[in-house]
Amino acid sequence: MSDQHDILPTPLTPAQARARRSRNVAIALALGALVALFFAMTIVRLGGHVMDRF
Amino acid sequence: MSDATIDIDGKGAETRLGPDVSVATAGDFFELLKPRVMSLVVFTGLAGLVAAPGVMNPIAAFVALLCIAVGAGASGALNMWYDADIDAVMTRTARRPIPSGRVKPQEALTFGLVLSAFSVGTLGVLVNWVSAGLLAFTIFFYAVVYSMWLKRSTSQNIVIGGLAGAMPPAVGWAAATGSLDVAPLVMVALIFLWTPAHFWALALYRSGDYARANVPMLPVTAGEAETRRQIVLYTVLTVAASFVPAALGFAGVPYVAVAALLGAGFLYYAVAVLRSPGDHKLAMKLFGFSILYLFLLFTAFIAETAFGVAPLVSA
Repeated sequence: MSDQHDILPTPLTPAQARARRSRNVAIALALGALVALFFAMTIVRLGGHVMDRF
Repeated sequence: MSDATIDIDGKGAETRLGPDVSVATAGDFFELLKPRVMSLVVFTGLAGLVAAPGVMNPIAAFVALLCIAVGAGASGALNMWYDADIDAVMTRTARRPIPSGRVKPQEALTFGLVLSAFSVGTLGVLVNWVSAGLLAFTIFFYAVVYSMWLKRSTSQNIVIGGLAGAMPPAVGWAAATGSLDVAPLVMVALIFLWTPAHFWALALYRSGDYARANVPMLPVTAGEAETRRQIVLYTVLTVAASFVPAALGFAGVPYVAVAALLGAGFLYYAVAVLRSPGDHKLAMKLFGFSILYLFLLFTAFIAETAFGVAPLVSA
């Protein structure tokens, strides 16, 4: 790299940007759902015992 | 980077148009899961789950069905990764995400492996490891035994490989009970026997595709006449097997009535195909009816269990 040839961040094409956004949203939703599932199943497994501490 | 470098501002600063970043959308990845196949898998998995003795927590049941669906989808993605070369030359599959260039093979492979691991791991941790083990076996059997081995090497590919598609009731039952029994194995046998007639009906319609792709489907290797005979044979076996749940005390009179009616329809179409050489539209009608057959048969099974109908004979 030289002063005369700075490398700028490579811009995405509109199609690439749209596709990446759609993938990111899907991954976020999937991870959120996974967390919700593990939380819900933890409560199910604890059952009534979860209230014993109170 | 595969794309051209350009001097975007005229001062020597370099940038590139369209870097080597995927253009695959979430919808393209969803298509890799073969959603239509997945829906029948979920339904038969539900049948196994509902038929199992005892009451399963609804959230655990939902988790089990979700994992079965994702596991089935993962094996579909792995199948599309491995069969991309075949898919590219077949009319029916040429527009799938990989041959159409929307998803890269490496992306599909990673997606399939990650979903396989997550579906099996989640089912094991949240439900039980017997069902997780069966789900892992199902994915392995479809992706490795069927896709990588049988499909390209023998005309019995779909007969043996059909075991993968037949497994969901066993996974569902194991999710509910942590074990296996005769009832889920009867359901597995029923789907196993149903698969050849169902798939060969489609293969008759698409035999040119399979020949071009060098896939040894029965119509390509043994001819259409032999395929039509084998369709009738497997239809008879399927219809006979559909009465076994009642004979073993797992189903009642309504189920038997539905099985008899549907079985008559299935046999009617199979014999019609046998008697109409070259009528590929009729073969597609048989294909469509075979899906309806399995769907309604399992609906009857689930409905009987839900309404507590007494079995025809004591188990």
